[in-house]
Amino acid sequence: MNSNLNANKDLHIVRREDLPQLFNILIKDGHQIVGPTLRDGAIVLDVLEGVAELPLGWTDEQDKARYRLVKRKDEALFGYSCGPQTWKKFLFPPDHILFKADKTRHGWRIDAGENAPPKFAFLGMRACDIHALTELDKVFIAGEYQDSAYLERRENIFIISINCSVVGNNCFCTSMGSGPGAASGYDLALTEIIDGDLHYYLIEVGSEKGEEVLGEIKHRTASQEEIRKGNELLTAAAQAISLKVDTEKLPKILKKSVEHPRWKEIASRCLTCGNCTMVCPTCFCSTVQDYTDLRGSQASRLRKWDSCFNIEYSYIHGGSVRYSSEARYRQWMMHKFASWIDQFGSFGCVGCGRCITWCPAGIDVTEELRFFCQNPLLDTTAKSA
Amino acid sequence: MAARKKPKLAVWKFASCDGCQLSLLDCEDELLEVAGVIEIANFPEASRAVKRGPYDISLVEGSITTPHDAMRIQKVRRMSKLLITIGACATGGGIQALRNFKDIKDFVSIVYARPDYIETLTKSTPIDDHVFVDCELRGCPINKYQLLEVISALLNDRKPNIPKYSVCMECKQKGNVCVMVSKGIPCLGPVTQVGCDALCPSYQRGCFGCFGPMETPNTISMSERFGELGIKADDIIRTYRTYNSYSESFRRESEAYER
Ligand code: SF4
Ligand code: SF4
Ligand code: SF4
Ligand code: SF4
Repeated sequence: MNSNLNANKDLHIVRREDLPQLFNILIKDGHQIVGPTLRDGAIVLDVLEGVAELPLGWTDEQDKARYRLVKRKDEALFGYSCGPQTWKKFLFPPDHILFKADKTRHGWRIDAGENAPPKFAFLGMRACDIHALTELDKVFIAGEYQDSAYLERRENIFIISINCSVVGNNCFCTSMGSGPGAASGYDLALTEIIDGDLHYYLIEVGSEKGEEVLGEIKHRTASQEEIRKGNELLTAAAQAISLKVDTEKLPKILKKSVEHPRWKEIASRCLTCGNCTMVCPTCFCSTVQDYTDLRGSQASRLRKWDSCFNIEYSYIHGGSVRYSSEARYRQWMMHKFASWIDQFGSFGCVGCGRCITWCPAGIDVTEELRFFCQNPLLDTTAKSA
Repeated sequence: MAARKKPKLAVWKFASCDGCQLSLLDCEDELLEVAGVIEIANFPEASRAVKRGPYDISLVEGSITTPHDAMRIQKVRRMSKLLITIGACATGGGIQALRNFKDIKDFVSIVYARPDYIETLTKSTPIDDHVFVDCELRGCPINKYQLLEVISALLNDRKPNIPKYSVCMECKQKGNVCVMVSKGIPCLGPVTQVGCDALCPSYQRGCFGCFGPMETPNTISMSERFGELGIKADDIIRTYRTYNSYSESFRRESEAYER
């Protein structure tokens, strides 16, 4: 967790009116800038051409199964918490053609050639999003086999993170140790400060590349007072987070709760719609589909996002091994909060709260986790429950 | 593949509006290609030339509403190696299954000058209530790309990619903002099978459920959510009673709110 700006580093100030320079330099450098913008009543992530496309003066209200845009009283560019989409869609696209093949007289000709992906600059990643990226890195590139499609996109990203001064009702990053400020993993980290007529960004440099880019933008060293203001905002944000999960014994408790009657109760509400896995920044599951044209002279193989809430996901030789809804919800929760640790050495949840906001049934994962913690199964009843 | 005989295809119509079989004609660009790899042996909407059965593939549109059709579908089954139902009428009884919730005699006496000429069954039922169905394509109307996908898969001995999970999966993958969460618009997406490419939510409308119930529809929880959004019991009934009113889970749910 980080709710204090790094005291050992030089901090810088870029004024609001100089922010377009950041866009110019990144675009000149061949980056495709991806960041927050308004669409269809939400703040989504898309390719941006300039500062004007940022959600100026907007914030959001979030609750269980509820999201609404609300006008702010100021002209903040980053004054909201995380929206329905995650950055993973740019690194691990929902539909990705792995290869195409053409039938020729000499057999199949495989065309794996993909156009080189853009060189991304991610503007406005939150601390939880950066932690999620770390998890995805473990999944796709840290192991023995690397996912080339992910790696190609991941390698050259320039990351500009935003420390959260506004937190959503469903955020619980402080419990998961992932926010509200980013401790590392960025090239530049911004804290947006609006102080009367003054509107500026307190900037931490996280890499050499970050240093270079900052060098091209009009900036100056931050004063002690400005740093104090930034710290104040971050501390207030951390304190404003009311959702809490006690993670200490969580994996143990969950693993002992396999036969807990609560799963059935949750399943009575769960729609098995898969929304929670689609909006989760760390869910990485996919399926592979083969396609052919009618004549059988062209074929393609597609990798498509999948979810453990889908029956076919656990189809093994003649049937699904997780047919019941409770088995599927349990798989999801167990993976995020227990077995992920065995797999990757950390929680698979970064506390972004997206699955709470975007679950159409309003199921709150923290509420369920608290229930398991407060009502653990006694070892002796484990079998009979 | 090249040496293989072209499979014979037949298209059959029962109680329906023809919209689904027209999706085959709507394939325009691909239609010639279809004709190149398949022998269209019996398709009255497209050609008067009819070849006798048996057929390798039968596409069946429409529901069973008359004693005559109940016999005819048995014949179609006997003549078909593979029987594929297409559209909400064939897979769920269709919009005409709304009569299943009322007494058919009341309708007949209002609609027809000579009710005694009308021979009809009391219910409109899906094809799989009568015969074994090998594969079904949902929708009102079906998605022509799903039709091409199934035909292409059959011709190439591969598994068709016709998922049975929720509309939400596709909706989110397209990057849509959920209309239910962001605007409070009731949406049947979570309990409806994917296949339309999340058409309605992509245009800021709630899903109407054209593709019928998804693989494990929790309609009870869905209706509770609608209730929280302020939808009254009568409207909840109507929500489930459109194109797939007689599909098991939608039927049960609407009936539960009738009591
Ligand atoms: S499980 Fe929920 S809160 Fe945790 S990272 Fe995924 S979407 Fe965010
Ligand atoms: S929670 Fe489910 S969809 Fe997400 S990563 Fe785990 S198994 Fe995959
Ligand atoms: S927990 Fe919510 S979002 Fe996830 S599958 Fe169940 S109903 Fe859908
Ligand atoms: S708009 Fe409808 S289909 Fe799309 S995610 Fe929301 S509930 Fe599901």
